[in-house]
Amino acid sequence: MSPPERRARLSPRAAQLPPETREELRRHLRGLIENNRVMIFSKSYCPHSTRVKELFSSLGVDYNILELDQVDAGASMQEMLFEMTNQRTVPSIFVNKVHMGGSDRIFQAHQSGLLQKLLQEDSTYDYDLIVIGGGSGGLSCAKEAATLGKKVMVLDFVVPSPRGTTWGLGGTCVNVGCIPKKLMHQAALLGQALLDSRKFGWEYSQQVKHNWESMTEAIQNHIGSLNWGYRVSLREKGVAYVNSYGEFMGQHKIKATTRKGQETFYTAAKFVIATGERPRYLGIQGDKEYCITSDDLFSLPYCPGKTLVVGASYVALECAGFLAGFGLDVTVMVRSVLLRGFDQEMAEKVGSYMEQHGVKFLRKFVPVTIQQLEKGSPGKLKVSAKSTEGAETIEDVYNTVLLAIGRDSCTKKLGLEKIGVSVNERSGKIPVNDAEQTNVPHIYAIGDILEGKPELTPVAIQAGKLLARRLFGASVEKCDYINVPTTVFTPLEYGCCGLSEEKAIEVYKKENLEVFHTLFWPLEWTVAGRDNNTCYAKIICNKLDNDRVVGFHVLGPNAGEITQGFAAAMKCGLTKQLLDHTVGIHPTCGEVFTTLDITKSSGRDITQKGCG
Amino acid sequence: AMAAMARALPRPGRRFRWRIWASAGGVRGAAGGAAGQQDYDLLVIGGGSGGLACAKEAAQLGRKVAVVDYVEPSPRGTKWGLGGTCVNVGCIPKKLMHYAALLGHMIQDAHHYGWEVAQPIQHDWKKMAEAVQNHVKSLNWGHRVQLQDIEGALEYGITSDDIFWLKESPGKTLVVGASYVALECAGFLTGIGLDTTVMMRSIPLRGFDQQMSSLVTEHMESHGTQFLRGCTPSRIRKLPDGQLQVTWEDRLSGKEDMGTFDTVLWAIGRVPETRSLNLEKAGVNTNPKNQKILVDSQEATSVPHIYAIGDVAEGRPELTPTAIMAGRLLAQRLFGQSSDLMDYNNVPTTVFTPLEYGCVGLSEEQAVARHGQENIEVYHAYYKPLEFTVAEKDASQCYIKMVCLREPPQLVLGLHFLGPNAGEVTQGFALGIKCGASYAQVMRTVGIHPTCSEEVVKLRISKRSGLDPTVTGCG
Repeated sequence: MSPPERRARLSPRAAQLPPETREELRRHLRGLIENNRVMIFSKSYCPHSTRVKELFSSLGVDYNILELDQVDAGASMQEMLFEMTNQRTVPSIFVNKVHMGGSDRIFQAHQSGLLQKLLQEDSTYDYDLIVIGGGSGGLSCAKEAATLGKKVMVLDFVVPSPRGTTWGLGGTCVNVGCIPKKLMHQAALLGQALLDSRKFGWEYSQQVKHNWESMTEAIQNHIGSLNWGYRVSLREKGVAYVNSYGEFMGQHKIKATTRKGQETFYTAAKFVIATGERPRYLGIQGDKEYCITSDDLFSLPYCPGKTLVVGASYVALECAGFLAGFGLDVTVMVRSVLLRGFDQEMAEKVGSYMEQHGVKFLRKFVPVTIQQLEKGSPGKLKVSAKSTEGAETIEDVYNTVLLAIGRDSCTKKLGLEKIGVSVNERSGKIPVNDAEQTNVPHIYAIGDILEGKPELTPVAIQAGKLLARRLFGASVEKCDYINVPTTVFTPLEYGCCGLSEEKAIEVYKKENLEVFHTLFWPLEWTVAGRDNNTCYAKIICNKLDNDRVVGFHVLGPNAGEITQGFAAAMKCGLTKQLLDHTVGIHPTCGEVFTTLDITKSSGRDITQKGCG
Repeated sequence: AMAAMARALPRPGRRFRWRIWASAGGVRGAAGGAAGQQDYDLLVIGGGSGGLACAKEAAQLGRKVAVVDYVEPSPRGTKWGLGGTCVNVGCIPKKLMHYAALLGHMIQDAHHYGWEVAQPIQHDWKKMAEAVQNHVKSLNWGHRVQLQDIEGALEYGITSDDIFWLKESPGKTLVVGASYVALECAGFLTGIGLDTTVMMRSIPLRGFDQQMSSLVTEHMESHGTQFLRGCTPSRIRKLPDGQLQVTWEDRLSGKEDMGTFDTVLWAIGRVPETRSLNLEKAGVNTNPKNQKILVDSQEATSVPHIYAIGDVAEGRPELTPTAIMAGRLLAQRLFGQSSDLMDYNNVPTTVFTPLEYGCVGLSEEQAVARHGQENIEVYHAYYKPLEFTVAEKDASQCYIKMVCLREPPQLVLGLHFLGPNAGEVTQGFALGIKCGASYAQVMRTVGIHPTCSEEVVKLRISKRSGLDPTVTGCG
């Protein structure tokens, strides 16, 4: 018995052990798991364990067994196993490094054939899994697979934007997506708070300026710490991280190319493609030379000045919103509808709030050429645009043109054609079955490159984790893409879950739906003297199914915080009656959903007449 | 509070003013007039949130209804309009003043986000109080604060009935009590830059989850609110310069200590307004200890045709939306076809302390008491709101815990959330718990990124595992 184990016995909780002892214990268990085709952690008196031993004997399979009640560090080992597998009970069984679970699971796997499949697997490849793309989805899948005892590699490489912007590990969300945009949104909200604060008695000099550089530096510092955190966590989980561009060379072989052009080849039993998307360009004169995209905006070393945002995606509206919040002159050029795919009544309300707060909209125009008039930081650009409905053309000068017309999947230069993975010709998206499997059985795909799935970080994270558990654990749980909540962080936030009104009508027919709605006035806005008929709440109920809520929409401050809990409730079958029977939290915005009593079909007035 | 407002400390000889708001068939004021004998289907005593909700609902059901309401001025002479505690001296003004304090923090944060605001930054109480009062007056649509029998308390102390209506800044303030009213008031007073001390006899936020409660006070303490724990005031004297000299006793050491303040705010609890209603004459039973009216699940008192809702009823949560819903449901049972009872379980609420605390369902202590330690599983996490990172704010007390039954599918018994916008976060989850959410279902809900509420659907670590629930730098 080694000294660390003696200490372990005195303090049976693995979590309370010194870190080095924990690591040693973990390594010891890992070794047992990795070096034995079948590893059983058991207790000598456990009847379930006995049945499992009998099963493996009957299959003629060798196994190693550790009786936790007969070794000194047994209790600590059991704690550590729990930490590694989330299972505390014995027997705890690993087959070919995969945690199978307890005896019930083993017998199930035996019946379904999964056990035989796992026993046959051999490891002639360098890795059990290679993940291409170190974004939210890829990292979550890689880390989970490593937790399940697999040998995993992540290939991540950021191709610089046409303007030369590049970034660290973590993908779009962390570097050029959710994180910096929410922080800039917060900066803009604080600008509004400064205005409101005077109404609440705060007094300070009238001159308030916004400094783009100091904000950007603070945000980039935070992102840098996140990049570092991801690298550390991969190392802790034992995942190999290679900063190279991956391209398939064969069914199980991939070429990894570094920034300097150095090539290395790796093989793996399974692959997960999680390469994500990058902003689309217009394909007109001057777009790549002079325009920026969201890839560049968050680390722009200078204030963008007078800005034209091209597009009406959520990225476009969010960026336009916070830029206007810093006091910049912002125009949004929209080809057709705002926030395609979202509830259009809500989308128009989002737009009209922005318009009331200084953002200009040019509807039904598309840019034709972008010319540089002056270099500089920022310089001057002349934009010519034409109407989508007639011959009308317009011209204007901006300091910055930000393109946010959509995003393209990064699936073109992966060598997928070489191994026969089908890709949607038009969209570049990869079709998968409900288990995220492509048409090539050992190749899987997750995240934004999936066809017809929500392009959201938490979805990719969930999908990646569950995929790893199905591939390497004993899980059968699939990612549920239904009722995924999301929030658009425009100046007035828009949160939703479930169906838009248009989609609900398409699915359920108008006569089977009841829509409840109201305008509301957040308490904090009253004293601040802000608009009283702007914030809006709407739910869509299916009359044929007990008034079940099939769509939830809220436009107001903190919409994201409000929507999350309702999304959980929709998972549990939320109905209008339950909303009516739930007590509100007073005074909040969220409580408005517990007192909705006006139906849209009644046509009754929903404006607020000054009192609550 | 619905039953009319008798005074906690009656002063003989004071005239009561009665307001009558009457309605028949939904027509406001149809029955008019204050004096004389009137015949009504329903007489509501108390024009607070619960009383008005009940009255309106009954009127909508075609009944002839009258509401009798009066506000006896507080010992300091503060009085207000129709609408009861919540609107006039409760939720509404306190949340607005809480927001004023939050704005003060936002002005500080703004600097980190690139906003250049020149010093000095000051706060003008008068301007805020006027703005808040103007809003409250525009709404105008019981239960009173209890004062202890302490020398000087009545003359020199104020209560939450007065604080929101003060014309001048309260200055250096001593808040006596550890109720949510006490902590909320101390929180926003500190937030607008006043020197604030809380004196508490024993534990903070009695009845709430105690782990959460101590995180709430820990956060307040780290943001400048001072705490005198285990102390009780013994007397207050007015000094020649107008300041108040407070003497208190440290209950542990038995020693006396002394301090001077500009304002002493009493928030030690509230007593129901039942004493002057002559309830015993009508045969309505009350709890002799706290004067609350005893009711059954139908809200009926010991006298079949007399009902009680809101803060005056024994064992009910003292919350505005609860009173409103109980009032509406009561009217529907009395005059409509409904038999729906008010469900007092899983009532969500939020304490608007500087770091907000939202909760629904059972506290950990209650869950242990009801189900046994062995049969519950508590999932918990410390988290860092994204907005705190750039603002370089301390997130040591941002904490979530979900109390579940241990047996699969691990039904959720209670949710406790400490962090920004806790009220908004908690509301939806209250619905989830009402729908019978299990831990597994909550975990299958996709998060909204980046928000604080997504941390709830990412709770993986159980207390029992002993694993570290602190954040490790990245998502």
